[in-house]
Amino acid sequence: MTTFYRPLAARLPALRDGVLLPSALAAALVVSGLLAIGLGSAVIDPADTARYLWAAVSGGTISADEVSRYQIVWQIRTPRVLLAAVVGAGLAAVGATVQALVRNPLADPYILGISSGASVGAVTVTLFGALAVLGIHAVSVGAFAGAMGATVLVYAAARTRSGITPLRLVLTGVALAFGFQAVMSVLIYFAPGSDATSTVLFWTMGTFGAATWGSVPVAAAVVLVGLVVLRRAAGTLDVLALGDEAAASMGVDATRSRRWLFLLTAVVTGAMAAVSGTIGFVGLVVPHVTRLLVGATHTRVLTTAPLLGAVLAVWVDLLARTAVPPRELPLGVLTALVGVPLFVGLMRRRHAFGGA
Amino acid sequence: MELRLDQLSVDLGGRRVVEQLDLDVTAGEVVGLVGPNGSGKSTALRCVYRALRPSAGVVRLDGEVLDSLSLRETARRTSALTQDGGADVDFTVAELVALGRTPHQRGPVRLSAAERELCERAMAQTDVLHLAGRGVLSLSGGERQRVLLARALVQEPQLLVLDEPTNHLDLRHQVRLLSHLRATGLTILVVLHDLNLAAAACDRLALMSAGRLVAVGTPADVLTAERIAEVYGVEVQLTRHPLTGDPQVLFALDRSQPKEIR
Repeated sequence: MTTFYRPLAARLPALRDGVLLPSALAAALVVSGLLAIGLGSAVIDPADTARYLWAAVSGGTISADEVSRYQIVWQIRTPRVLLAAVVGAGLAAVGATVQALVRNPLADPYILGISSGASVGAVTVTLFGALAVLGIHAVSVGAFAGAMGATVLVYAAARTRSGITPLRLVLTGVALAFGFQAVMSVLIYFAPGSDATSTVLFWTMGTFGAATWGSVPVAAAVVLVGLVVLRRAAGTLDVLALGDEAAASMGVDATRSRRWLFLLTAVVTGAMAAVSGTIGFVGLVVPHVTRLLVGATHTRVLTTAPLLGAVLAVWVDLLARTAVPPRELPLGVLTALVGVPLFVGLMRRRHAFGGA
Repeated sequence: MELRLDQLSVDLGGRRVVEQLDLDVTAGEVVGLVGPNGSGKSTALRCVYRALRPSAGVVRLDGEVLDSLSLRETARRTSALTQDGGADVDFTVAELVALGRTPHQRGPVRLSAAERELCERAMAQTDVLHLAGRGVLSLSGGERQRVLLARALVQEPQLLVLDEPTNHLDLRHQVRLLSHLRATGLTILVVLHDLNLAAAACDRLALMSAGRLVAVGTPADVLTAERIAEVYGVEVQLTRHPLTGDPQVLFALDRSQPKEIR
């Protein structure tokens, strides 16, 4: 892949120290989060928002007439905004990793059939009422299981005796994704009610609207562990970018590294898909924007990209639920609307991907 | 560091590419691997830097079988200039060179002051220090090749394995690179296509043809007109370099062919 970046960092050394930009983004994330929790059909000012959050965390008290506002802040918006931040961060980090693993700048977290696998899992559970013992979590568990099944299938189909090549992995993922989509279409076509159709819409468009305190902590834990491990594997990703032969000569077993990193990204993506559906574009574009800002070294990319992804997802979600009340816009539509011009603009300004 | 290829055989895609190759490189020696395209030179080399496992036979470093060492242990003693040709993403030259420290560290590379100096020295040696802040994807082929060599040098190997290091290099940098390689005093196994450069740069040459070792010895012993005609199918004249006495291969193009292609 010829990813022709001329990072801003080359001109602005302050971006390259790896502290300034992440700190600024972390601050922006906290502020964005508070604002996003306060904004919506009922507007709650940031001071009150902070007070309610503090009350919830510290077990403090609020007056009786504030209870409904408190409920909105703590039970509805906080998990939703947290989920947006977590999934945004996860998609950005996994996207950057997958692009390095399959050596393809067009790769995103879902390229290996995970999104369609998750959809098949979710629809199957909805239609056949499987996993009923799990109650409201059945669909999420089904989606996660579908994602994992798809991953195993793609990996098994792509591997050869001499290991796994990036190109085979991508091609197999794309091919099997079509297969899963076909399975899903058949399921919906023959499904009696409209339940399946709305489930599919949910999974293909993506939303943070299903966030509850029941589901967010699990997804957040998986994503955060994933972020830490990926960040620690940054050196391996750097070496993999030099090619498998060079990697071997530098003491890195490309096949083995690719296998466990692939598995890890699949688990993280599956966990995210299970709670929020598939949210396009974040995992594709945020890694590129990050590299344009801070350069290609994965230590910096995997520090900055999650923060950038989190901030972006929080704002996009806010836009999705406030732009045309009372309806909610599908997230995928907005990530594309925000992301495409941003990306094309940056690419043209920085002459990325070739060209002078 | 002493390298020994012991009855090395490699099958690729059901075809035997290297057949029972025996080759010794003694400490501090520069050995050139020459031969026509597809004769198995690069394949043999890949077994040394462990991108490939031999189907039979073993590679030994100072007597130790490679398979008994971890990849990382091998990488601390051996570095390679491969034909991967650079990076997917636009590291700066300094970042790419620093990656050579990977086998000496755990996790992402963090350079100490001494290592930073080592990197700068390597970049100066390969004449790329002035490119340190440039993105590697914007470099010319020759510049990139020199950057990759600097990366191989900061790995602080005892054995250096190079697959056509003079590829893309202009005359000045070909000569500089090979003189520099000799000056490092490292044990070196290098694949070269230019027989004259190989004769000038190497203590011994190993000539391969169709996966087999045809001849090994000093350049003067290995490079004879009969052998070159047999292996390459080209009629050549041999002469000696007026200053060094190294054998030099001269050839004439067949000019009887019409120039226009119909």
